Amino acid sequence: MPQRRTKRSIAGIAAICITAAGALAACGGDDTSGSAKALTWYINPDSGGNDPNKKGQTHLAKVCTDQAKGAYTISTQVLPNSASDQRQQLLRRLAASDKGVDIMSIDPVNVAEYAEAGFLAEVPADKQEALKEDAVKPIVESAMWKDKMFAAPMWANTQLLWYRKSAAAEAGLDMSKPVTWDQLIEAAKKLDSSIGVQAKPYEGYTVWINALVESAGGHIIANEGAGADELQLGLDSAESKKAAAIIGEIARSGIGGPAMGSSDETASLDLFAGGGAFLVNWPYTWAALPEKGVDVKDIGFARYPQAVQGKESAPPLGGIELGVNAASANQAAAWDAIACITSQENQKTYMLGTGNPAARKAVYDDPEIKKEFPMASLIRESLDAGGPRPATQYYGDLSTALFKKFSPPDQVNEGTPAEAANFILEVLKGEALL
Amino acid sequence: MSTVATAPSTTRQPKPGLTDRAKGERALGWKLAGPAFVVMLLVTAYPIFQAIWNSLFSFRLTDPASRKFVFLGNYVTIVTDPLFWLAVGNTLFITVVTVVVELVIGMALAMLMNKVIWPRKTLRTVVLVPYSIITVVSAFAWFYGVQISTGFLNHWLEALTFGAWDVNFNWFGHWWSSMLVICMSEIWKTTPFMSLLLLSGLAQIDGAMEEAAKVDGATFWQRMFKVVLPNMKAAIMVAVLFRTLDAFRIFDNVFIMTQGAQNTTTFSLLAYDQTINRVEIGMGSAISVLLFLSVLLIAAIFVRGFKVDLTGGRN
Repeated sequence: MPQRRTKRSIAGIAAICITAAGALAACGGDDTSGSAKALTWYINPDSGGNDPNKKGQTHLAKVCTDQAKGAYTISTQVLPNSASDQRQQLLRRLAASDKGVDIMSIDPVNVAEYAEAGFLAEVPADKQEALKEDAVKPIVESAMWKDKMFAAPMWANTQLLWYRKSAAAEAGLDMSKPVTWDQLIEAAKKLDSSIGVQAKPYEGYTVWINALVESAGGHIIANEGAGADELQLGLDSAESKKAAAIIGEIARSGIGGPAMGSSDETASLDLFAGGGAFLVNWPYTWAALPEKGVDVKDIGFARYPQAVQGKESAPPLGGIELGVNAASANQAAAWDAIACITSQENQKTYMLGTGNPAARKAVYDDPEIKKEFPMASLIRESLDAGGPRPATQYYGDLSTALFKKFSPPDQVNEGTPAEAANFILEVLKGEALL
Repeated sequence: MSTVATAPSTTRQPKPGLTDRAKGERALGWKLAGPAFVVMLLVTAYPIFQAIWNSLFSFRLTDPASRKFVFLGNYVTIVTDPLFWLAVGNTLFITVVTVVVELVIGMALAMLMNKVIWPRKTLRTVVLVPYSIITVVSAFAWFYGVQISTGFLNHWLEALTFGAWDVNFNWFGHWWSSMLVICMSEIWKTTPFMSLLLLSGLAQIDGAMEEAAKVDGATFWQRMFKVVLPNMKAAIMVAVLFRTLDAFRIFDNVFIMTQGAQNTTTFSLLAYDQTINRVEIGMGSAISVLLFLSVLLIAAIFVRGFKVDLTGGRN
């Protein structure tokens, strides 16, 4: 009898172990690293979702899989919605050397962080020219880290100034010439109307702050690529003070809308759609306005406003770069796939399908694109003149610290940039929490 | 008098000479609990020591090369940072408010469930529904119910106040209103747990005692404070201890609703931000260790200070 009991308990323990092992193995998910040809592409969500029949990234995966004729197959996995959640998930997978990730859609600002950590494979020398060729300059610069190329430009994004033609005429603004933020503020005050901006404490607010600083001629980081101890910020400067003055004035005068401190792209778009005079936002605005019942006949678009009269503005830049996981076993196939995905033809398909602007300039000269996007040449011009967000391996910390110190916007004053600079350096040196 | 006091020590067996039965029981005890003990060591002790070790370094996951031993440097940074004390203050606030409110509502529900005869099973099931919902889901439900664009709460309040309430009130735009929503969702979700624990305590009270007090002319509140509560003290303390430890770790509601905006960050959220978002493993581990120590402290205060007997009933 006692022996039987022992046997039973051993069997019980074995059963527990087997169950536990099974549960642990299940956590690993689909490991495609075993097959040399199967590539997994982690995409950021676009209007195509995970449906190959819509014209999003999943569609391009299907097109390229068909073209490869068995050389490789691409399957897609959709990343979370928000930019910071996308970064977190990729970072976790990359830090754990997850071989199940081959190709990734990366926000340009995160290339530096991943590359510095050694998570990204360098672009093969023979592929670099073809990927850079004809692509807008800032998006190519974002793909580089310390003079090496770590990612392939896929699509590029920029913000435009949207306005109501009737409102601009009433305020006496000549929109055929570049306008300044100060002029817009004056006009909005006079009309008792609003300027839609993004000033909630999130990445979009950093985009705005950076665009203002860059437009004024300054830079948030003075020595890009430096380590935490040597990093020098350009925030304690006249340019940054000008940027802070614009933000504070818009917030305090109430022309940023009643909930400016919690406004993101969607909220600012709603403010504009509800009768606001001006808005700075990404090109998807053009397709989104009719959906909100706005007659686009009265809607105009112009270059991003100037921070300083007469100084060319530096519009915000966004977009997606494609990177290859350094731990991937299929790197050669992954770069072949990227060459296909980023081809001029596929970028055009993608732009038509999702409204996300292509990285290659030639796409903007395509008659079909010109018909679909009347502001195509303005987008192209803005992309070329764009002021990228600072390239640094500490971008996540820098951005969070920056928008935290600039919040709430109605308390931003000339002293805010210097205060933010001190805080950022403290955080990076491990002397403050974030 | 002296014989009574020494009586237990003479009947108890001296330690070295355990009876065969006691030895056998002890061996069986180890056999039964041993595997679980080993698994516990593997899955809890190892990560705890790893976290303590990591907390002594300045270590960023994206920059492993510049990992540096800083001894207690991270802890000094943390306890001198106002953000940390804000997080601790918020966490204590949420813990105290939710536990007190839950205790009161939970007690009322437990007494109702104890007395009600007819739809007894139905009532117990209905009360349990919120507890069966995953915390993240309940946090989203409250978030969408309160948020300006999708929420109904502002519209209800406007109707109830005959238009005095502002429909565009941003619940997540202020500290107090964010905290109110966070606490309400926490209370809604975990009161059932409290009431079930209290119900088990209520059920153990001998009905005859209450009956006797009633016959002696005790009022409801007298019976409540002199008979019911003293007799279920053990159950109450266990319930409060469990809920306090649980509430102190609050994360989901705050993560979903505010992400720490409007100064609503909490202890766990701060640890998450440093570890997961910033991949500052050293700093994050240090906060986690402090969180662990706080939980130990709370447990110690309850077990030692209030004499909570977790093994209740065993002699």
